[in-house]
Amino acid sequence: MDIFNDITAIQNITYIVASILFISGIKMLGKEDTAVKGNFLSALAMFIAVSVTLVDIVNPMVLIGGIAVGAVIGSTIALKVKMTSIPEMVALFNGFGGLATFLIAWSEFNSVPDNLFQHVLVMTTLYIGGVTFTGSLIAYAKLAEKIKIAKTSLITKFFTTIFYISLVFLSYSIFVTPLIDTSFDFFNVLLILTLLGGIGFVLPIGGGDMPVVISLLNSFSGIAAAFAGLLLLNNVLIVAGSLVGASGLILTVIMAKAMNRSINNILFVGYASSSSKSSSSEEQGEVSPISVSDAYLILESASSVLIIPGYGMAVAQAQHVVRELGELLEENGTEVKYGIHPVAGRMPGHMNVLLAEANVPYDVLAEPDDINPIMDSVDVAVVIGANDVVNPSATEEPGSPIYGMPIIEVHNAKTVFVLKRSMSAGFAGVQNPLFFKQNTRMLFGDAKESIGGLVSEFKD
Amino acid sequence: MEIYALLGFVLILSIYLGLELISKVPSTLHTPLMSGANAISGIALVGALVLSTDTNLQGSIAFLAVLFASINVFGGYLVTNRMLKMFKKK
Repeated sequence: MDIFNDITAIQNITYIVASILFISGIKMLGKEDTAVKGNFLSALAMFIAVSVTLVDIVNPMVLIGGIAVGAVIGSTIALKVKMTSIPEMVALFNGFGGLATFLIAWSEFNSVPDNLFQHVLVMTTLYIGGVTFTGSLIAYAKLAEKIKIAKTSLITKFFTTIFYISLVFLSYSIFVTPLIDTSFDFFNVLLILTLLGGIGFVLPIGGGDMPVVISLLNSFSGIAAAFAGLLLLNNVLIVAGSLVGASGLILTVIMAKAMNRSINNILFVGYASSSSKSSSSEEQGEVSPISVSDAYLILESASSVLIIPGYGMAVAQAQHVVRELGELLEENGTEVKYGIHPVAGRMPGHMNVLLAEANVPYDVLAEPDDINPIMDSVDVAVVIGANDVVNPSATEEPGSPIYGMPIIEVHNAKTVFVLKRSMSAGFAGVQNPLFFKQNTRMLFGDAKESIGGLVSEFKD
Repeated sequence: MEIYALLGFVLILSIYLGLELISKVPSTLHTPLMSGANAISGIALVGALVLSTDTNLQGSIAFLAVLFASINVFGGYLVTNRMLKMFKKK
């Protein structure tokens, strides 16, 4: 058998083994009981694929050194980061992945023979990788609140324009330049336009739409890796990249559905231009505030409580006191559940991670579909820093911009407490009629302080 | 050109497989799935390694890719693991 003496053949067979491990790994990552093992399998697959690649390299020490440096940097960030900063960190790592494929395509540009198909692949990989890189960096900066640039500002418009120009130029680079011999250095222009275009792609997208953008960029980084695999004729890159592309796409669709908006609307339109001020501002009525001690009395006599966290809980860092309150309620004989909307927070599953960090077991977390049918049996629904995801306009007012969005229907609960800093509107800029309902009580103030107050009332 | 047809076929099948495998993911796992998938996209590391054997400018660019892909791989897997360890049943 000659095949076992041929290093390339051995590599390719090992790549297939790694691909199978990646496939099993990502499958297991989608189920609660097997997720840890799935992540391990996919890490093992990565180790195998990288090792067998290094075998064939004559002088691998420099490269191993490079990997080691990357390992130290990556591990340090991963182990030091606070759980509340997970969204921006995922964005940052994603950006590095995109940058890697961008550089691969750049490196391939000069060594590629004149073949139209390869030319198209280089350009496309370069573009997707580059947009993923700078787009993820902007997402990182937005999530970490390092930049605050309004959608309507001149800077945003400038970069958005560059984004569209970069798309046109990409098509030009793909279809026109290989056909005409030109001394025009289109490639360097494309490099720069790609990086600036990525900024313009993410800059206009608002904070509340971040879950969609992050999922999409995640998908892009996978697709870029798969294209790089086509370019280098490497099957493990294709398989692994495609799996990532698919999983990112699924998350993107789940997020868009949870907002009842098309991906196109989220990326290129935004809420601002979709009938913003049409809905009623006149017949809102009065809000009924409540004090911490009165809220305590109602909670104490409740037999079932539903807690609905939102981005406000993340901002106030209130997840630990929330868990404490939940435990005290349970000791008091109250049934406690958490209602989690898929787009609550700034990334897919944001609330789940925060509550897990605070030691809330995941089987008391309920999705809207599970909780809405039994909402009228809930004594108190406690809304903590969530707004649009509990806005009854979505079911009651056909004229509202968020009409049709699936919400957690807390207004059907017997009593609703809304913990809020002030009366400002949510991300969508839509007024929330929930605050003016008969059964709603507003508990104004910092969520962490308010809940802390409730906790100490329970302890006394 | 035949090799591209074959690999293109692998690409389409893998995407389809991915869509089938992950279509019903519980919302608890949305973040770990994203972060775990993100780590997998660091597979670009393999491609970067192959290219970085060049000694010219192209090799240096690929070496940079090795560096960034490694950050992606190690950071991604570790943070996913850290996150998953927090998820507990009652």
